[in-house]
Amino acid sequence: MAETRKIALTVNGRRREAEAETRHTLADFLRQQLGLTGTHLGCEHGVCGACTVLLDGRSVRSCLMLAVQASGHAITTVEGVAPGKTELHPLQEAFRDNHGLQCGFCTPGILMTLLEFLREHPDPTEEEVRIALSGNLCRCTGYQGIVAAALDAARRLRGAKRG
Amino acid sequence: MKPPPFSYHDPRTVADAVALLGRLENAKLLAGGQSLMPMLNMRFVQPDHVIDLNGIEGLSYLREGGNALEIGAMTRQRDIEHSDLVRTRCPLMHEAILQVGHRQTRNRGTLGGSLCQLDPAAELVAVAAALDGTVGITGPKGRRELPFAEFPAGYMTPALEPDEVLTDVRFPLWAKGHGHAFVEFSRRHGDFAVVSAAALLEADRAGSITRASVTVAGTGPAPVRAREVERALVGSRASDELIRDACESLRAIDAVGDVHAPAAYRQQLAVVLARRALKTAHSRIT
Repeated sequence: MAETRKIALTVNGRRREAEAETRHTLADFLRQQLGLTGTHLGCEHGVCGACTVLLDGRSVRSCLMLAVQASGHAITTVEGVAPGKTELHPLQEAFRDNHGLQCGFCTPGILMTLLEFLREHPDPTEEEVRIALSGNLCRCTGYQGIVAAALDAARRLRGAKRG
Repeated sequence: MKPPPFSYHDPRTVADAVALLGRLENAKLLAGGQSLMPMLNMRFVQPDHVIDLNGIEGLSYLREGGNALEIGAMTRQRDIEHSDLVRTRCPLMHEAILQVGHRQTRNRGTLGGSLCQLDPAAELVAVAAALDGTVGITGPKGRRELPFAEFPAGYMTPALEPDEVLTDVRFPLWAKGHGHAFVEFSRRHGDFAVVSAAALLEADRAGSITRASVTVAGTGPAPVRAREVERALVGSRASDELIRDACESLRAIDAVGDVHAPAAYRQQLAVVLARRALKTAHSRIT
């Protein structure tokens, strides 16, 4: 029988308690136990970035930490990005308008990475965006649209702040 | 591609972690997890016990003390990256850490984890060698110190007893106005370097080099201090010719060949990167 431990954490603003297998990664816990399948698993060894979530506001690869380590912390997944069921976050709108996604597999990880990055760098250069995205692999859209979306999102978020 | 079953332990003190290490068979310490977790996911390691250091208070700090930078082993790489103290007083470390992995891995990865993983091409390992760091190690008999030069005991193997934990690292500071540079060659941004070079230089008012540190990493199992290059520089006025000639000795550096690059290519990189690092470090002396 696999070892389990009771954990309590906040996921997308909602307090959750669950019995987690100690060997489970945070990614598997989010997907399998909480049903939050927006967090994607690509490589499961920390290379592709698809599973990126925010841990207390910082982007982390959820395949590279254990679910039990998230106990007592706040997690934000891609499900927690949009302000409502019929509304998109400006970052998501920028991706839609700039062909920032095609198959969409890498998109959740890229959005979570950019949420943190754009908060810290509201007016980034293209090179800064490319370095920020260097830990997220995309195999179909092409980075051109993704970088354009990120720069457009930065403009929109700056505008929203002023307005 | 899922970790094997293990028992999870989350001690609150270093003493408890040391006691667990002494008591448990086949146990692994978990720091930032950016190397151990992939190995667990791929089942390259199959520990019976994982001892998580993240719940231990007091292992995450960054401060100046005794003309040195003192950093706790569980300090996140991100906190080093964003530290004004590191940027202003130890700019070599700042320049190097921007090349460590990606923002998502630096948010979790720790100084101590990187040093204990001891990847031959890891940036922080090269920095510890370049700065003549001292590691603090805690075991059942208390704390001991070891010069970082003696920390690598073999390929990816730190000189730690099975029941010891790396707890802190001291990096002596160089004089204000010193020159520094950390350069590396890697296939993609964020990858481990194929070869990297770190250079530190101090000069007197007349422009003579008074102190030099040159380190090459990625050529062998652990970073190498290029003593011959350092000796060739100290006491002379640095010029492009002097730097170029001094670095030629690195052409004979012991180097390994692997899937990423043959040995001769690494030797060439050692010469070129040390030269670039020294030229940049020299230009930054104020």
